[in-house]
Amino acid sequence: MIEARGLIKHYGPTTAVDNLSFDVRPGTVTGFLGPNGAGKSTTMRLILGLDRPDAGVARINGKSYHDLRWPLREVGALLEVGGSKAFHPGRSARAHLGALAASNAIPRQRVNDVLEITGMGTAADRRAGKFSLGMAQRLGIAAALLGDPAVLLLDEPVNGLDPEGIRWIRGLLKNLAAHGRTVLVSSHLISEVAQTADQLIVIGQGRLLAQTTVAELSARGSLEEAFFSLTERSTEYSADCNYRSVS
Amino acid sequence: MTAATLTRAASQAEGHYGFRTVARMEWLKLRSVRSTWWTLIVLAAGMIGLAILVMAHQHWATMSAADRASFDPTSNSYAGLVIGQLAIGVLGVLTVTSEFSSGMIRATLAAVPRRPLVLAAKAAVVAAVTLVAGEILAFAAFVIGEAVLKSPAPHATLGQPGVLRAVLMAGAYPALIGLIGVGLGALIRHTAGAISAVVGVLFVLPLILVPLGTSIQNAAGQFMPMLIAENSLTAVKPVPHSLSPGLGFALLCLYAVAALAAGGWALARRDA
Repeated sequence: MIEARGLIKHYGPTTAVDNLSFDVRPGTVTGFLGPNGAGKSTTMRLILGLDRPDAGVARINGKSYHDLRWPLREVGALLEVGGSKAFHPGRSARAHLGALAASNAIPRQRVNDVLEITGMGTAADRRAGKFSLGMAQRLGIAAALLGDPAVLLLDEPVNGLDPEGIRWIRGLLKNLAAHGRTVLVSSHLISEVAQTADQLIVIGQGRLLAQTTVAELSARGSLEEAFFSLTERSTEYSADCNYRSVS
Repeated sequence: MTAATLTRAASQAEGHYGFRTVARMEWLKLRSVRSTWWTLIVLAAGMIGLAILVMAHQHWATMSAADRASFDPTSNSYAGLVIGQLAIGVLGVLTVTSEFSSGMIRATLAAVPRRPLVLAAKAAVVAAVTLVAGEILAFAAFVIGEAVLKSPAPHATLGQPGVLRAVLMAGAYPALIGLIGVGLGALIRHTAGAISAVVGVLFVLPLILVPLGTSIQNAAGQFMPMLIAENSLTAVKPVPHSLSPGLGFALLCLYAVAALAAGGWALARRDA
């Protein structure tokens, strides 16, 4: 269970998150949707205590992230923005996961387990800086699963994965939710989220636009049209689709 | 999908993360990157290499009476600290800044949200590793330096008053500079900026004093880390215009604590 209450975050003059409140429930995959720059990644950073909100609170199973006793055993997170990964390029996947496991007293065997689950077996002892985007993403997911957490936050998990990898992650997410976990998955593509999520949280310019379900949204007609009508006033850049010739 | 993801660990409840688990993480991180071993190799090469170079080239026969009177066979074995301090300062910086440049810091702080604990564990691990390496090398540099020093120049032995203390303090010096590096790394976050700050403190500050004249140089120089190492920590014969070994050592400890406190404050306060 994740609760956000009145979250506000400014970066200089920009308001990244603007009075955002929502709940993410266990047992289902919740899609976290919004155009680029809507504040999805910032919200996840606020939930994880990486950035400090200017106002509001985020709680995980009733506690602030800072007060968790074994954070990795309660929450798994994949936070990879652009070219910046969450691992040291000179360290092997196995050493990276081993160090993180040690911090939360997670048994050593679990490192081998998540390497196997994410299909990293043969790459485990190579320096992570040499990984393809897809392999780097698998390492991030392995780190998220390391503590066998009940709550997962995944920021754009399909980024960089090949079609087989995308199919794998969809199955993984559904499976995790089916076993009673809380799963929050961000994306800027409604079509992608609709493949796995039942619940939807839609934001734009840092504000909550809708907390709904995929079923409700598709009842309004085309899923993409419904999403665009929700977010059209809050996209970062809008382009005119109608090309007019200059005479 | 194997069963491992599906069955939640039963071992959930007891205890919480703490200094021991976090220090273990930091130790595993430190030993699993190459830069750690490179900087330790530079420390070793610098300390042993310069001990040989300097001590083998002491020409007692051609020394003036004043030079003979001030000749300190212990202190002269530690010329390599000048190089070693830079390597270990860089090591300290990198343990923090490489996390920021790679994004690893997000994984670290998600695993351990209590940030001062992360820095304390990092500092403890860097201090332990560099202290062990420093002490081993300090004894090695002493033994090798005395061995290559040609008679009739006077030789030092560990039994002479003050010599063992000088050797032990020489071995501790790199660890203290490593801690200053950790603190500055946490404060500045960028590798190039933090290394520049370390170089500034170690090498540039003493140079700035040069044009200010001898009296200011003498008065202020004794507080500079590198001059404390040369004239206070490793000196068996007292050097004019310098702190006593104990006072110099205490001052370096204070610098390290101040850098770590500033770094810890910045780490806890700023967004990661």
